[in-house]
Order: sequence, then C-alpha cells, then structure tokens
Amino acid sequence: METTPKPETMTAEVHASGLETRDMLLNIGPAHPAMHGIIRIVAKLDGEQIEEADVEIGYLHRGFEKMAEQVDYNGVMPYTDRLNYVSPLINNVGYCMAVEKMLGITVPERCQYVRVIVSEISRITDHLTCVGATAMELGAFTVFLYMIKAREFLWELVEKVTGARLTVSYCRVGGVKGDLPDDFAEPCKKAFAETRKVLEESDQLLTRNRIFTDRMAGTGVISAEDAISYGITGPFLRATGADFDVRKDSPYAVYDRLDFDVPVGTTGDNMDRYLVRMEEMQQSMKIVEQALRDMPPGPVLVNPETGREIPAAEMVDLAKMGDINAFSGGCAVAGPTLEGSGRAHQPSIATDEKRVFLPAKEDAYGNIEGLMNQFKLVMFGHGIRPPNGEVYFPVEGANGELGFYVVSDGAAHAYRVRVRPPCFAIMSALEHMLTGDMIADMIPTFGSVNMIGGELDR
Amino acid sequence: MTELLITKVILAGFVVFAVLNLAGLHTWVERKQSALIQDRIGANRASIFGFRLFGIFHGIADALKMFTKEDVIPAGANKTLHTVAPFFSVLFSLVVFAAIPFGPTLLIPGLEPIHLQVAKIDAAVLYIFAMLSLGVYGVIIAGFASRNNYALMGGLRATAQMISYEVALGIAIIGVIMVYGTMDLGEIVDRQGHLIGGWLPMWGIVTQPIAFIVFTTAALAETKRAPFDLPEGESEIIGYFVEYSGMKFGMFFLADFLETIVVATLATTLFFGGWQIPYMAADGFHFPWGWDIPIDNWLYVLLGFLSFSAKTLAFCFVFMQIRWTLPRFRYDQLMDLGWKGLFPIAVVNVVVTAIIMTVMGKVG
Repeated sequence: METTPKPETMTAEVHASGLETRDMLLNIGPAHPAMHGIIRIVAKLDGEQIEEADVEIGYLHRGFEKMAEQVDYNGVMPYTDRLNYVSPLINNVGYCMAVEKMLGITVPERCQYVRVIVSEISRITDHLTCVGATAMELGAFTVFLYMIKAREFLWELVEKVTGARLTVSYCRVGGVKGDLPDDFAEPCKKAFAETRKVLEESDQLLTRNRIFTDRMAGTGVISAEDAISYGITGPFLRATGADFDVRKDSPYAVYDRLDFDVPVGTTGDNMDRYLVRMEEMQQSMKIVEQALRDMPPGPVLVNPETGREIPAAEMVDLAKMGDINAFSGGCAVAGPTLEGSGRAHQPSIATDEKRVFLPAKEDAYGNIEGLMNQFKLVMFGHGIRPPNGEVYFPVEGANGELGFYVVSDGAAHAYRVRVRPPCFAIMSALEHMLTGDMIADMIPTFGSVNMIGGELDR
Repeated sequence: MTELLITKVILAGFVVFAVLNLAGLHTWVERKQSALIQDRIGANRASIFGFRLFGIFHGIADALKMFTKEDVIPAGANKTLHTVAPFFSVLFSLVVFAAIPFGPTLLIPGLEPIHLQVAKIDAAVLYIFAMLSLGVYGVIIAGFASRNNYALMGGLRATAQMISYEVALGIAIIGVIMVYGTMDLGEIVDRQGHLIGGWLPMWGIVTQPIAFIVFTTAALAETKRAPFDLPEGESEIIGYFVEYSGMKFGMFFLADFLETIVVATLATTLFFGGWQIPYMAADGFHFPWGWDIPIDNWLYVLLGFLSFSAKTLAFCFVFMQIRWTLPRFRYDQLMDLGWKGLFPIAVVNVVVTAIIMTVMGKVG
C-alpha cells in the first residue's frame, strides 16, 4: 500500500520531435460503479492495457474481530451475518462449528442437516449474485435481474426458516434457533424449480452468447500453482483445475453422507470460474434435495388433545402470577421469528448440553430449573465458557474456505477471534491477474473475484 | 418562392417536432421495454393530476430535472469546447433527418407538388454520412475537453469505433447505390417500388441482404448503444460524458436516441422501401393477382407516411431489444469485428453485386 505511485498530472505538452508516449495513471474507485464503493485500484495504463495495478482495500473495515472479543459467544452471531452478507448463513454455521469444536460438543443429526440445507441455499444465492453482477457489469443487465429474481425466491425460503432475509442470525452455539417450518420441502421444490428455470435462461443468454464468452475466456487467468501459493480456495481455485473443496476434503456436518460432485475447470480464466459457479448451483440444489429427503423427521408437534398453543406473552403473565399449571403441557407461540424453537423442537435442533444452549421458552417460564438455566446463560459474565484452548474450523464458504480461529482463555467471551475470509486471498492475487489484461477485462475479473467487502475488510 | 419557403418551413418544423418527440418517447419506451424483458413493471410513478398513463410522463419529469440541475464545468476543462460538445452531438443527428423522404408526393390543388422530404439533395447518401461522421465530434470533444481521464478514454474509444465502423457502413451502402443507380434517397425509395418478376417488391433487403446485415451492425455501432456502448462503458470507464450534468448531459442522452432513430429511418429508407407499401402506386393498389383498388392522393400519402413510421418504429423496437439482450464488446473485439468481419464482407458484397449486375447486363 505504501508503494502507491504519486498521481502525475497530465500536461498539454506536445512532443513535436516524434512519438513519445507516456503511461496514463488512472485512479479507479472507490467511487466507481464496478468497485462497489470499497476498493481502489490505481492502474498504470498503456492505452487500454493495464501495466500495473495497485489494489487498495480496507474501506469497509469495521473491526469484526475486535468486536467478537467483546461479546459472549452467541453475541457474535449478528456480526457474522455481516461478514459475507450475500450468504450469511454459511458464516453463522462456520462460527458455531468452531465454538462447538472448542467445547467438544456435537449437535443432533437433524440440526446438522438443517445447517447443510441453509448453507447450500446460501451458496446458491451467493453464486447467483456473483454471476449476475458480473454479467450486469459486462452490459447484460437482463441476466442480472433474472438472477436477482431467482435469488428472491431463495431468500423467501431463508425468510421462512430464519425470519429474516439478510441479517439472519440463525445458528446458535450448539444448534440452530429454530427448526425448519412444516413442509419446508414444498416451497423449496417450488423455489428450486424457478431457480433452475432462471439458470437455464441465463445459460442461454450467457454461455451461448459469443460476446459474453469472448469477454470471459482468456481473461483474468491464474494458474493452479499461483492460485495455491496465493492461498486461493473455493470456486476460484477449482476453476484452475485444482480439486479442493472443504466439503469433500475435510467434511463437516453431514457432507460426507451426501452425494454431490465438485466441478473443476481447466484454464483458470473468468469463463471457467463462471462455469464452475453455474454448475455448483446445480450441485447445491441437489444437496438440498438429498438432505431434505434423508434428514431425520422433526418432532411431532403439540398433540391437539393434550397440549395447546399459548401466546408467549400470555404465558409470561400466567407465570408472573404463579399459575404454572395453567400452561403446563402447552407450547409457547412466540411470534414468527422464534417459530420452531419450542420445547418439542429442541431435542432435534439443539445439543442437550445445558451449559451451552438456552432452554425452551416453556421451561424458562414454567420451572425454576429452566429459569436458572436461562439466567446462567444470558447474564453478563456468565454464559458459555469453553475451556482454555484454540481451534480452527474451516467450512466451505461460497467464495472458498471460510475459517474461524477462536482462542479461549476460559472467559465468557473469546480471547481472540480470527476470520480467514476466502476473498482476501483472491484479492491479493488481483494485481497479478489484472496486469497485462485490458482495462475492460478488469470488470469480469473483478466480478469473478466476488469481492464482498464485509468479509474482506471485516 | 415564398410559397416554397413556407412549405419547407412547415415540413422542417414537422420533422423536428416528430423526431424530438419520438426521441423523448424513447426514454419511456426504453424503460417500459426493458421492464417487459426483465419481468418488471417499469417506471409508472410520475403523474399529472393523478393521471399516470403507464409512466409516460417520466419523460417530462426527466426533462424538468435536467433543465433545473446545476450545470457543472469542471475546473481545468476547456469551457467553450465543454459547452459546445453536446450541441454538436444533437445538431448533427438532427440535420440528418432533412434528407430522409418520409412520404410520397403530396398534391394540393393550386400548389406545387410537395415532396415529403425537407431537402431533396442529389447526393443525399453522402450528405447523411458526412453528418453522421461529424456527429462523433461531439463525443470526441466532450471526451477531450472534460479534463478527465475516463472521459478522455471514452473519447478515444469513440474515435476508433466510429472510424472503423464508418468504413464498413459506407461500403455496405455502395451495394445499394449500385443496384439503384442513384444517391438521391427519394429516387432510391421510388425505385424500390418496382417489382421483380411482377410480384416481388424490389426492396433493398431483397436485392442487398448482405449489405443490410452489415449496415445494421455497423449502424448500431454508430449509435453507441449496447452491445457497442464502449465510449460509454458505464461499468468500465463511466463514459465520455462523465463530467457533464444537467441538460448538457441530457443532450448527449437525447443524441443517443436521435441516432437510434436516424439509423432506424436509414435502414427503412435504404432496405425496406422507405414509405413504399408493396403493390401501392400513386393511383392505387395493383395486386399481381389482378385486384385493383384505386385510392386518392391524400390516402396514398397517408398510407405512405404510416408505412414509413411503422417500419421506423419496428426498427427502434428491434434495436432496443438488442440493446437489452447483449453484453458489451471489448475494445479489441470490436475492432476485430469491424475490420476483420464487416469490412471484408462489405467489400465482397460490392464485388459480387458488380459481377451479378454485369452478368445481368445492367451495367455498360
């Protein structure tokens, strides 16, 4: 960063003696349509060719890692939403699994499947955004809107599960917030049908479009060796031909039980990255469909004969008056955002470790053990206390290996949290990929990096 | 003399009015058509006394906004050139319309026959190309006078693009000129009314299909719209007009639409028989299967004008469709297409046309 060349001013000097040419220094961004407002590239141009590119990052630094040291382990969850904000659920899962590894606990099988399902849906939304935005910046605005339409269907699924579209905060250390809604497979099927239609249309508009393939092929090339030495992972690495996928190579959750392919490219150019992403979306849908089929059934909900649904607020009132019996056997209805988190659901979505996971609302209101348990977890200075130690846990983010390194000194909040954001490594290789290409190639190359400021700058 | 002057002023006024309105409407068409393509509703909020009319007033809202915005001239820019550039763009795209015949000859008793064409120029084709070429100066000057590296690159791109595509464009037209033996657009349209073998109208698309494809492609490049919007290239270099605001920016925008309409009218005139309707002559329809429907002069003129308008609008529609479907070329790919694709095809087309015409005995 300290090597930023000093901008030269253009002078109107005329060289009458002959053809003396000079390089032009072009400052691209952060206020530039393709730079997302948070990247600055100082490019030295020979005509349209990029001779040098100096990439500057850091415009979206918000101190995620420091904030993660200030709050308790579950309190970090909303911050992880804002790392890669196009696929927040994968960040949730990654962080939770890192802390769970440190605590040495496992989550129920159904919860594992749920995490896989939401991760894969997020992966599709991420790839859709990446491919769509690249296409838009190349001038194919229509494809972008088609893909955003498909993403909308998927975000509706996410909303059904988590109650939010973007800031999901869905996972908890030791489980997830709530179970999948009833008959989740049905809307899932519909959304995937729409997504597949959009992918097919986009495929026709892009893959079979000579202009698009010419723009993508042969630009932003990086070899497998270079990619590995830069530490690049994910679709970007796989496009070079190196077959590495965290889901396959160090499987977590239930990925080892699911059947899916990892597409790899050959040349490591923008076209291969595009094709890898397109195929990964298909594979992700396949994974979700398998997971929905294989996952253990959820709980039998309240028996209408014996139990009844009571609004949570009413339950609180009854509990305040000490009328516990009035709602024993009932189940709390706590509004849509807490749907699926009741006592009946808890065994299938959360660990039974009481030192980690909040008790069901029925218990917190209905018995002293539950109440104390709740207090012990939410009160300042109490909460989850992992043993001393450090863990690193990688998951396959949409951009590549997303790793969380957590150090605990036994306190209720982490001593240190370090994120390994996948697009940081790719961004460091950007200069290498841009040099020698034309300025117009910067657009698809930068697009295929899928730079997400939230996780890059943290 | 006065009579002639008055007719010409009325004609010119009509053309400018129609063209500017059509260009204004294009902003609406662009919004709505892209919305239809992209499964959206499109702009529909602007209203006058509660009437929205499918968002047609957005054009007016745009104009109001453009006129009331501050006009910024960056420090260090050349004030004069910076101001003149947008006027160049609009002016040269507007004057082209003078040479385009938009209907047959109107006969009004007591007056000279009125050709529905503002200026009847012998070498109208040359005139149009001259004006189209001058139009690019607006872009170049805008790029160079703004004192902005992005604008400069836009101007450079525009220069290279226009030069390479004008060549292909010109050579494509040579085929048409050879077939019809004239450079007078009125004459070219008249001769497209002839029938080949008594039933096939001798339109440019029939006699010169290859030239039509080359012409449309190159002409699209002239309009600087996607997929040839390199001088603009909003996601790469933002465009030659990056330092423009207010109505001066609006004029570049307008010039874009005007050029689209110019190209549509030219394609209509040169390749789709201009105002001709198949089998329609001055005294009525004569169908090859023997029907004769006599029509009056006023109906003849009206039908001719409507036919011209319909064809032009159809071309505008097609261009818009292309604009919202294809991504943008890269600089070198654009040059490849121009010099290695269109240029040889156009030359071969001229040669083949010449050979066929010699064989058929039409030349010397």
